[in-house]
Amino acid sequence: MTDDNKHLEVVLDTRVESVNLAEEMCLRVAESAGFDEEMCYRIGMSVREGVINAFHYGNQERPEKKIHLAVDITPEKLVIHVMDEGKGFKLSDVPDPLAEENILSTSGRGIFLMRAFMDEFDVVPGTTGGAEIVMAKRLPGTENGHSNGRSGTGGDNAPQKEA
Amino acid sequence: MCAMSLHATYRDSGSVTVVDMGGRIVLGDGSALLRKTIGQLLADDRTKILINLADVNYIDSSGIGELVHAYTSVKTRGGELKLLHLTKKVRDLLQITKLYTVFDVYSDETTAVRSFL
Repeated sequence: MTDDNKHLEVVLDTRVESVNLAEEMCLRVAESAGFDEEMCYRIGMSVREGVINAFHYGNQERPEKKIHLAVDITPEKLVIHVMDEGKGFKLSDVPDPLAEENILSTSGRGIFLMRAFMDEFDVVPGTTGGAEIVMAKRLPGTENGHSNGRSGTGGDNAPQKEA
Repeated sequence: MCAMSLHATYRDSGSVTVVDMGGRIVLGDGSALLRKTIGQLLADDRTKILINLADVNYIDSSGIGELVHAYTSVKTRGGELKLLHLTKKVRDLLQITKLYTVFDVYSDETTAVRSFL
């Protein structure tokens, strides 16, 4: 990792309060990276949804499990990793919340919102055996070459220790 | 930024109950308060419900789910639940999730109340 990169990671308890904590932490990082209010809102919402996903679906709300949150700032983008200690899941198995039969569902919109609000989004197997959500937003002023939601970020963006 | 918890009060406008909400409808207390409020109204046989979201500046997927739950609960009881004064962020969220067309949404309270009659 070069000097231009910054890395922050935290291990969160599986509890509702961790959702706000993660959002606040990432909002501060996003603001310091120069994102405007609207982009910060989108990033904060995506972090919330990622941690809610880990809390509820990944860790099944079991307090002995942890949620691993990491944020990287590279010269091009802000990259967020949310890893749970569950059993993992495939994006292809996630129901489409816009499908007519799901419109009145009371859950299942988190992945959709993260895809809508971030430039890159993927789910990869985590080192814990659970799922790792990897999502990124291009920094202000950099070339905006990605469309929403389909760019695979995969293992290249796995959390790394600061040099 | 994350600390503004949800609050809710309700009042009568003819046969319609207007619920004034403020804060964030998010996982945890915010969503729980919305569920509790709607549950209380239905227990009191109040089935014409207008939720005023003018002071709700933030909703996450749990809050969206809770609004949908409220909508279907009221509908199941033969009533109607409508929304009033959406902020831009909430309106945008309902639009991208295609719920904007599910909910009856108003920007004027008088018009909204009359629509129940």
